[in-house]
Parts: sequence; structure tokens; C-alpha cells
Amino acid sequence: MADALVYVYAVSVAELAGTDELSAVPGVDGAPVRVVADGRLTAVVSSVDPGRFGEEALRRNLEDLRWLENAARAHHGVVQAVGRHHPVAPVRLATIYVDDDGVRALLAAHAQRFEAALERVRGRVEWGVKGFAVARHDEEQQEPAPDLGPGAAYLMRKRAAGDRARLHHRLVRDAAEDAHRALTALAVASRRYPPQDPRLTGHRDEMVLNAAYLVEESASRQFRDAVERWDAAEVRLQLTGPWAPYSFAGLEDQ
Amino acid sequence: MTLAHADDGLYLVDLLDRLLAGGVVLTGDVTISLAGVDLVRISLRALISSVSALMEET
Repeated sequence: MADALVYVYAVSVAELAGTDELSAVPGVDGAPVRVVADGRLTAVVSSVDPGRFGEEALRRNLEDLRWLENAARAHHGVVQAVGRHHPVAPVRLATIYVDDDGVRALLAAHAQRFEAALERVRGRVEWGVKGFAVARHDEEQQEPAPDLGPGAAYLMRKRAAGDRARLHHRLVRDAAEDAHRALTALAVASRRYPPQDPRLTGHRDEMVLNAAYLVEESASRQFRDAVERWDAAEVRLQLTGPWAPYSFAGLEDQ
Repeated sequence: MTLAHADDGLYLVDLLDRLLAGGVVLTGDVTISLAGVDLVRISLRALISSVSALMEET
């Protein structure tokens, strides 16, 4: 293809370059996966067709859900393969360079921060935890009614129902914070994400916690157990993972 | 094709949260780097609306 562009999946350590661990891993659009080495770092990349990954094409493709899903899953597959045996700093989806020199320049320009990120995640794994409000069945308390007319009695019942809803909401929020605090204590680091849009997930219950936790591999069993055994009336937890450290390998100082 | 589930049970939304670095935000943007220069900003509104349309079909 004319002047292939270079799609970058992740950055890892120099040791990766000497292996053939990635030779069978399919990349985006089925492209083979290869590496670009520079100093103590290795970038994991694929050569891709500018007809599909150049600016205009990419803009269109990223708005095509099927294309986006395929690209995301392929990118994730490469990241997970790298992370199996090496610390890995996953790169954002659709990060594309003109050529290998551009990739080497990226590695050289940010060498210290990449190395710091990789050391931060070495021997650690990411777990995702979502918390959902437990659906509540409102029970109206039958209290002896004071001597009120029907209109006033109705308003009083409405207000009482509103009070119960607000109380429940506060209990739910507190339970979510309790869970997050407890899980953070079992982790090296944590990061919160906004709740996911229910239009995207189809979840009916309100999402009140959406977080990622960086956990020592040796503590993973304990962490999983804590999530799976979490017992709270107001919030139920859902675990995803193990993930490569997507949420913790950024270049910004933490 | 549904958005929430795939053959491997991996929620696409969880993946996009991570791959788009910081979660899928309703009024957010995705920046594409080309030769290290920010070249394109794509509004995720378009993505959200295309996803909503897709879910209505299924």
C-alpha cells in the first residue's frame, strides 16, 4: 500500500522486542502486529492503509459503530497479549503516526515518563468495579393520620414518600462510597469514571459507582473475593477484569 | 449485534471507557494524533446518537 501509516497499540519494555509473542495476534483490520524499539522501550504497532486510517477515513470510521467495535476489540487483544508477560502502557484508540520515525520520536520524547508508567504498573493488574443501586420497593407506612382533610393528607403522604426516596438515595450513595473506600484500601491506586450512559449499556438500575483499581497480582484473589462477597442492602457490585492497566499507565504525573 | 454483550462477554462500553482514555463522556471529544499533532476532533455525540439508533433497531 502507498505510504502506510503506523497504528500504535501500546508501549512496553525493551524485552518485548526480542520475543515472538505477538506474531500470531491479529491487529486492527487484520494487520500483522510488529514492534518499533527505541532505547529501553518498545512500541507495539501495525502498518495500516491510509485509505482507512487517514484523517478523513478515520473520522468516518470512528462514527461507524461496527468499525469502532472491531477496532476496539483488536486493539484490546493486542494490549492484553502484551500485558500477559510484560508491563504495558496501553495507548488511546486510533493513535496513528506517519511512519516508524514518528513512533521512535514519540518514545524518545517521553522516555522517562513511559518508563515511570511501566514501573508503576509492573506486577499489577487492573480490576473494574461497577456499583448499581438495588431497586427499592417503596412501602408506605401506615401511620395514624392526624385530623386532616383529604387534600392535606395526600400532600403529607407525597412528602413522606419523597423523604423516603431521598433517604434511600443518600443510603445508596453512602454505600457506594463505603465500597469504593474498602476496595481502594486493597489496591495500589484507584480511579473513578463517570457512570455509564444507560442508553449504551441497557442497565435498568442506576449506576452509582464506576471505578478501576490497580491491584498487586499477589493481592488479586483477595480483591476479587472482597467484591464477590460484598454484602450491602443498597448497592450491588459487579466485577470486570483482569484488565491491562488502561487506567493507570498515563504519562501525567500521578 | 447488541452493544452490551459480545461472544466473549466483554462489554464494549467498558472497553471504550478505557480505550478512549477517561470514559465515554456525553459531550466529550476524541482526539486523533497524526504525527504527534492533534488533527481531528470527533464529537462523541455522533457516536451516542448512532448507538441509540442502533439499539432502537434491535
